[in-house]
Amino acid sequence: MKPPILEMNGIFKSFNGIPVLKDVDFSVKQGEIHALMGGNGAGKSTLMKILTGVYSADRGEVKLDDNVVAIRNYEDARSNGISMIFQEFSLIPTLTVAQNIYLTRESKTSLGLLDDKANEKKAAKLLAELGVDIQPSDLVQDLGVGYWQMTEIAKALSQEAKILIMDEPTSSLTKTETEVLFTFMNKLKAKGYAIIYISHRMDEIFRVCDRITIMRDGRKISTSQISETSMDQVITDIVGVASGKAFEWVERPYDEAGEPAFEVRELTAGDKVRQVSLRIQPGEIVGIAGLMGSGRTELLRAIFGIDRIHSGEIYVRGRRCAIRNPSDAIAAGIALIPEDRRVQGLVLQHSVRDNMILPILAKVRRGPLLDGKKMNELSRELVKRLNIKTDSISKASNLLSGGNQQKIVLAKWLANHPEVLLLDEPTIGVDIGAKTEIVDIIRELAESGKAILVVSSELQELLALSDRVLIMHEGRMGKSMKRQDIESEEGLQYAIQGY
Amino acid sequence: MQSRDTELRESKQGMLAAVKHFPWRNYIVYIAFVGVFAYFAISLFDQGFMTTGNLLNIIRQTAIIALMALAMTFVISTGEIDLSVGSTAALASLTGAYALQSGLGVLGGVVAGLGTGLLVGLVNGLLVTKAAIPSFLVTLASMGAVKGMAMWVTDTAPVPITNATFNFWFGSGNLGTIPVLLIWMVVFTVIAHVLLRKTAFGRQTLATGGNENAARFSGVKTGRIKLLVFLGTGLMAGLAGLLYAGRMNAGRFSFGEGDELSVIAAVILGGTSLFGGVGTIIGTLVGALMMGTINNGLIIMGLDVSQQMMIKGLIIILAVVFGRKAIRK
Repeated sequence: MKPPILEMNGIFKSFNGIPVLKDVDFSVKQGEIHALMGGNGAGKSTLMKILTGVYSADRGEVKLDDNVVAIRNYEDARSNGISMIFQEFSLIPTLTVAQNIYLTRESKTSLGLLDDKANEKKAAKLLAELGVDIQPSDLVQDLGVGYWQMTEIAKALSQEAKILIMDEPTSSLTKTETEVLFTFMNKLKAKGYAIIYISHRMDEIFRVCDRITIMRDGRKISTSQISETSMDQVITDIVGVASGKAFEWVERPYDEAGEPAFEVRELTAGDKVRQVSLRIQPGEIVGIAGLMGSGRTELLRAIFGIDRIHSGEIYVRGRRCAIRNPSDAIAAGIALIPEDRRVQGLVLQHSVRDNMILPILAKVRRGPLLDGKKMNELSRELVKRLNIKTDSISKASNLLSGGNQQKIVLAKWLANHPEVLLLDEPTIGVDIGAKTEIVDIIRELAESGKAILVVSSELQELLALSDRVLIMHEGRMGKSMKRQDIESEEGLQYAIQGY
Repeated sequence: MQSRDTELRESKQGMLAAVKHFPWRNYIVYIAFVGVFAYFAISLFDQGFMTTGNLLNIIRQTAIIALMALAMTFVISTGEIDLSVGSTAALASLTGAYALQSGLGVLGGVVAGLGTGLLVGLVNGLLVTKAAIPSFLVTLASMGAVKGMAMWVTDTAPVPITNATFNFWFGSGNLGTIPVLLIWMVVFTVIAHVLLRKTAFGRQTLATGGNENAARFSGVKTGRIKLLVFLGTGLMAGLAGLLYAGRMNAGRFSFGEGDELSVIAAVILGGTSLFGGVGTIIGTLVGALMMGTINNGLIIMGLDVSQQMMIKGLIIILAVVFGRKAIRK
């Protein structure tokens, strides 16, 4: 066993008297990828913020190579070889790879001017060592998102980083980019670097990580070798009490023969969607599977009036609806939970309440004015119904965890009593606990007779929810499969790839 | 005993936390205003700063800026900007004056002035929403174009107004000791406050500025909201032009020169975020009053214009530094 290069012992931290980390021990060895998992609010971000000097611990010590170190700010962390890999935002897209890597530390000529050639040479050497196939003179904005992270990592390594912290690194990557990143991570591992890998994606963790530490409610629950644990065990550790059959499909009876609640005929829209037809019965959950770029998101956007519809018809409860913009769609009884809650779902600096009532302002009016009492009552009711964890409805929504934010986005539409609910990646970046809750809410809505259309890249989730799965391919609707006929995730995977 | 102790300690901690977590930054403009006012009230008491006459003077000097700043609060709340308000006020003072001269009466003058403002607002709004040109560029251009138009139609000569009713109600009159301008300011402040805080339009304005995408996905017609807020600044710039005209008994191309900066400064000082999404009407009013008070106090202190400008600039920087650190998300 290689000795741990990083040890955090008995870390305790409280905010305003409320403990958020309770004597947490955490260690990382040389040359390992160590997964850190836990629900939202479990304390993993706080722990990492202590490690990178954003917060300081009330108690406990951080040891690097057996020496106690004080990390008071990000600079301290960096000089101790600890580096956080941000997903985006921390590179300057209009500069080249080399310029980004050596920003503020550029080689200079004897006249004190920037020596781009020397920097590019250094960068080329570094990138070659890491086996990253990009040119140092490329502009960052011309690279795929996957390479942004590698540039970021190269930058960290050029600053003598030994421990890299990666928070949901694959969430914005395509499948191929993810593969490239994993290969790269394994290379880093072989060179002796340590990676702390924070993710909600179980399959990825089981593929690339060596050990896993699970946190819940500010405590460390377990640390184990990946090879010695199982997905069930991990879920139990994260959720605590067993959460039942959230991820098993439950067959629900619904009216399969009657008039459809929602129908799309020969819809062609935007640049992607080509002659798509589908129908959903009341109470039915229809899932759409497909590869990245197959037009799933675009289909939902078109139905909701965001992308331009060129031809085709949309019917809600047998009534034909002309949809030119989102307000038309809303008026027709359609709701969309968009794929990116931070960009499309929420006004982040506004409160929980203000976000919830935004689509239903017309319903909380008294005369020309908004009715404060009604707005408060309604939002409190929704907070309760969806079990949203917030101390107040006037708390800014960006202070809530991802799962709770996603519930706010759901709540926005529940009060509007839509007939048709379109959900785009409804549980992306959400912890297991919130995920099961969201899955339950979706089922409950179907139970009440609504038509539900779900797009998800997580096949497990798609299989747990859908009564029927449609496969999209290059903007067109392909196979339609009844849930009963799909035997396993592999079967669905095969159908998606099998064109 | 022990539990009493704990309780006591907790309540103490609670109070401390309350003081510590009170959002001071949100109230900086009010605190600064009280500070500035108290300073002048004490140091300039003998020079007559606190007399009713002088205080009403501050109102007169502030009201027109404040009225435009109310509308500007909406524009800035959507994340846009309108630089054309000063020029629009000048043109509106002229069209109003021409209408009065040609015997269309008070109503005619008002319609002409406000119509001019609305027209400029409409053009600005359409260029921003339909042609998708950044509002900074659109209104920078219209600021120049409108000003040029005002100079061209009058050949830079003033257009006198002899209608006493107009001059009374739009600028120079007093009801008892209360200046008509004060009434305009109070009425529109109340309207603007209710509009921003208590109506669907206000909520949608803030949502548009806070996250245009999310607002659109929530069914807010963000283009229409933006068009409306530009119509708003146009309308209020039109009113400001009429008030300048009534106060000076003439329309003139030079009215409102540089007002865009005072107006925007009042809004930002008040606590409205230049990035959109956060806006406060009462803050804007206090921001405008504070600038007026500083102006007035410095004049009484006998500082010359150059010194006044320097001090004003410094105060704006300080207020923004202390007040808006929270803006960084």
